[in-house]
Amino acid sequence: MSLLNVFNIAGTGMTAESVRLNLTASNLANADSAASSTGQTYRARYPVFEAMTNPLVPQASAEGVRVLGVVQSQSPLRSEYAPNNPLADKNGYIHLPNVNVVEQMADMISASQSYQSNVDVINTSKQLLLKTLTLGQ
Amino acid sequence: MPISIDQSLGILPRALQLGSQRAEILASNLANADTPGYKARDIDFSAALSRTQGGTLALETASPGQMQPPAAQSGASLMYRIPIQPTVDGNTVDAQGQYAEFGRNGLQYEASLTFLTDRIKTLITAITGN
Repeated sequence: MSLLNVFNIAGTGMTAESVRLNLTASNLANADSAASSTGQTYRARYPVFEAMTNPLVPQASAEGVRVLGVVQSQSPLRSEYAPNNPLADKNGYIHLPNVNVVEQMADMISASQSYQSNVDVINTSKQLLLKTLTLGQ
Repeated sequence: MPISIDQSLGILPRALQLGSQRAEILASNLANADTPGYKARDIDFSAALSRTQGGTLALETASPGQMQPPAAQSGASLMYRIPIQPTVDGNTVDAQGQYAEFGRNGLQYEASLTFLTDRIKTLITAITGN
């Protein structure tokens, strides 16, 4: 039954988008987490999505989406001269994450809208299935 | 007058099957709206439906019991959607367009269901004779 499969597909979409939302929340929460060295500094994290295809039928349509993994942003960290900060290194600098708050907000809106469209897909399919169940009555 | 229930339902069961198949493909496109490099897929609904009507896609079988491959059964061939605008990550899903298509597909499915219900009621009337 294809319509029941829609639940699985949209479910994988919701899972992937919620992982993305989680990472955005983590990035935003740590946007100002200072550290004494560049090694300890928080780096912006991003999910990597991949389409799930059936390996036996590669030409068929995808069966959803999965999160391959989480990567850390390679963009340069920010350094700030703050000799009074208890976390400052011996030169008086603190190191701040490479989180771009504006970019994260845009990412958050995109993720929540994609999540919502997956929820709507499930709702529509549910209505269609319920109507199919009452066929002929 | 001989009545074949299969014939009296006409094309509607096929339309339902194709509609649910297309719903699956569109849901898959929407789930992959943010996947880099994903290419949106779709089927040409009316072409697929007319092909099942003509039965041109059915394979020749040696004996009547042999099964048809799934693609030939539904008559639907998967194609790639042409993107409206290019994206940096190579994704060709137009989320809003796909969502509109999904809504329309749902409505068509519901319409087929309504017509099918009417036909079933007609048959029931014929069978019970009231």
